[in-house]
Amino acid sequence: MSATTKPVNQKAWFLILPVILCVAFSAILPLMTVVNYSVQDIISPERRVFVGTEWFAAVMRDEELHSALLRQITFSLAVLLVEIPLGILLALSMPAQGWKSSAVLVVVALSLLIPWNVVGTIWQIFGRSDIGLLGAAFKAAGIEYSYTSNATQAWLTVLAMDVWHWTPLVALLAFAGLRSIPDAYYQAARIDGASKFAVFRYIQLPKMRGVLMIAVLLRFMDSFMIYTEPFVLTGGGPGNATTFLSQYLTQKAVGQFDLGPAAAFSLIYFFIILLLCFILYNWMQRVGTTPKEGAGHE
Amino acid sequence: MARITLDLAHSYRPNPQQDSDYALLPLSMVFDDGGAYALLGPSGCGKTTMLNIMSGLLVPSQGRVLFDERDVTRASPQERNIAQVFQFPVIYDTMTVAENLAFPLKNRKVPEARIRQRVGQIAEMLEMSGQLDQRAAGLSADAKQKISLGRGLVREDVAAVLFDEPLTVIDPHLKWQLRRKLKQIHHELKLTLIYVTHDQVEALTFADKVVVMTRGRAVQVGAPDELFERPRHAFVGHFIGSPGMNFLPAQVQDGVLAVAGQRMPLPRALPDGALRLGVRPEYLALAAPGQAGALPCAVARVQDLGTHQMLTATIDGETLKVRCAPEQVLPGEGGTVWLQVLGEHTCFYQNEELLA
Amino acid sequence: MNEPRFQKRTLFLIAYLVFAVLPIYWMVNMSFKTNEEILSSFSLWPQHFTWDNYRTIFTDESWYSGYLNSLIYVAINTVISLTVALPAAYAFSRYQFLGDKHVFFWLLTNRMTPPAVFLLPFFQLYTTVGLMDTHIAVALAHLLFNVPLAVWILEGFMSGIPREIDETAYIDGYSFPRFFLTIFLPLIKAGVGVAAFFCFMFSWVELLLARTLTSVNAKPIVATMTRTVSASGMDWATLAAAGVLTIVPGAIVIWFVRHYIAKGFAMGRV
Repeated sequence: MSATTKPVNQKAWFLILPVILCVAFSAILPLMTVVNYSVQDIISPERRVFVGTEWFAAVMRDEELHSALLRQITFSLAVLLVEIPLGILLALSMPAQGWKSSAVLVVVALSLLIPWNVVGTIWQIFGRSDIGLLGAAFKAAGIEYSYTSNATQAWLTVLAMDVWHWTPLVALLAFAGLRSIPDAYYQAARIDGASKFAVFRYIQLPKMRGVLMIAVLLRFMDSFMIYTEPFVLTGGGPGNATTFLSQYLTQKAVGQFDLGPAAAFSLIYFFIILLLCFILYNWMQRVGTTPKEGAGHE
Repeated sequence: MARITLDLAHSYRPNPQQDSDYALLPLSMVFDDGGAYALLGPSGCGKTTMLNIMSGLLVPSQGRVLFDERDVTRASPQERNIAQVFQFPVIYDTMTVAENLAFPLKNRKVPEARIRQRVGQIAEMLEMSGQLDQRAAGLSADAKQKISLGRGLVREDVAAVLFDEPLTVIDPHLKWQLRRKLKQIHHELKLTLIYVTHDQVEALTFADKVVVMTRGRAVQVGAPDELFERPRHAFVGHFIGSPGMNFLPAQVQDGVLAVAGQRMPLPRALPDGALRLGVRPEYLALAAPGQAGALPCAVARVQDLGTHQMLTATIDGETLKVRCAPEQVLPGEGGTVWLQVLGEHTCFYQNEELLA
Repeated sequence: MNEPRFQKRTLFLIAYLVFAVLPIYWMVNMSFKTNEEILSSFSLWPQHFTWDNYRTIFTDESWYSGYLNSLIYVAINTVISLTVALPAAYAFSRYQFLGDKHVFFWLLTNRMTPPAVFLLPFFQLYTTVGLMDTHIAVALAHLLFNVPLAVWILEGFMSGIPREIDETAYIDGYSFPRFFLTIFLPLIKAGVGVAAFFCFMFSWVELLLARTLTSVNAKPIVATMTRTVSASGMDWATLAAAGVLTIVPGAIVIWFVRHYIAKGFAMGRV
């Protein structure tokens, strides 16, 4: 079903009005406030000076911001590269029916339901060589492991924590997508003599396109905004090895408590995500489908 | 091309005790090589189960399936070399029409040149030659069904082509086109075709022989006119025909037939006891009052349906429908009409089975 | 048909399940120990099994009220999110209208905003309308990221349903509400289940906004848990027990929606 076969109907606006109202209330009003602050120097509640784009320029010149941004992009890419294939593989391995299916579903989804600070805490404990299973295992194997002093190991631990935490999201979406494929497709493939890989490539993957798009975009956005888990686990360290963008923003805002630069940085942060998502979105659109035109072409 | 023999029963439960546990009651049937068959029946009668057993997607819980004397009961669809067309079009979205049609051949490692030739041939037959390079995903439902069909036909040694209500999602005005195409293909390729449907028009126009099924049992196998003239089971009389057969309760005692409070001489040898008399609206005729074998009925309704008139009459609490010619003069509502129920087309049933 | 492949996949599944469960098991393990035992010795299961930590949580009102508050606003949020998202997703899936692509993308952008950006504005906004420290405030605030997500997921599933079904229903004389409730919804059950689950999840685990907009009456469990650092150091044991308990409601929710996620979309069976 391509966009050109959808009928034009302006009355559809009534259907989306509730959504627009809800989101506008939660988003547009606050956003206007942020924009307001970003162009002013708020010396005190009474004294406000309009400074235009001064804060924006200052923020953009910040060297530390550049390195935090680079760290963030690397992290997000690593996250996507590991979690998407792993999630798909997991979805393909999960049983489709029966009590086993329900049991596996619950176990797999567990990590998604843990408050983020608790996730950080779990891994903080898990990785310590005195009270944690992982740390103790490394110690027993004779490997020097410390996520507090070794930058590379800290990175890998944060990555492992994110993979542990979020791969089930990809897997659940892919699983739901797989379940919506009618049996007849698999039957037809059997009749056509298709190999298992051909079934994956020509039936499962195309039909999962819609949900995979959602998964990629969600994981990208969330990993780009990540704050609580790495903060609890490593505090951004050692040094600033694991200080990603959100933490950098919070450090600057809370440390200086100057609303102007904080607001400016917030907007820049938001626009960076927006830009990257827009690029990703359009690239995936060109590859074959969009969330509106994909997810099933019957 | 193969001759399919079925000698089986199927239950989805592990220990079937009674008839209702069976999806398919024990049956024995032969589908001749090159014949066009329809499996006709209402939802839940077991026709799709039978189809899936024939295609190999389902293994019967008891019995065997033979293809030309070869026992294929446990063989996969691939090994049986059948093709199946489903209720909704099943195509590979990411491929073009040509790639879709070539797919089964590619999997069988057929040489490239041969594939191209075969694909061209089938596309020609399906009148899709101009669309070979289009992406299959963007086409209409009937084009997609044609592709599904084509994938089945493209293999030269295909044993049989099985259809599971394939016209369900096709627009009504395109259905007849596809039906005609199927008949054409049957004529040209002489394949064994088996077609599952709940629509009697489809079944009766498509098939040489129709298998009428209800509740897990095949009640009659025969050519369309056999089913119409002499239904061997009351269900067939009721299901086939629009509207179906009229039924009246009857009683035979001491050589006399009592129908709806009237006594008549026995038209043929019948056993004593309770029976049902069946006569089709097409064969009920108006009679003179008091004629032998006629019943007086009250006219409930007369409808003018253009090509014919439909008279609905009641007698003794039972309803009868009569199909009359458009120019025939009929009594109005509330009037009395005598209907000739006994004739050479009248059938008698006991326990749903045809007696005479 | 696929015996050797079957082994490999099951092996992989089991390996992943172990990976998934291990850190959680470790937390459960810790929740049954005392702080002294945690810091002094190392064992795979509690040497001195104790229910103390759980007892603390169930008896101390400041702990268990946290759970109740969280459940309340999460439930409100999920219901509102789904209710407004369903018609909107249908509109995006079935119709073209002025600005449709742009509105859709705008919705997604709301999900892309770091919550930190909205902290102060939200604080000011909800104080102004007098909704500070209420469940409804958090529920409304969470609509920001849940509604776009719900629309996004539902639209994807709805687009997988052929339009022929809608058209057939209209020809058969169904009114739009009746068609939507009796025919359409059952077909996208998997999508509704997934959307409901994600709304629940993202609202349940969110910390920043929930903590900012509440103080006493509607304080969620996630905020309560951040106060376990005391003068005597980290209260690992109680923290672990509280953590275990935060998983329980989510596990129950996913148990209830499992059928919607697992069941496929079957079109016509005889």
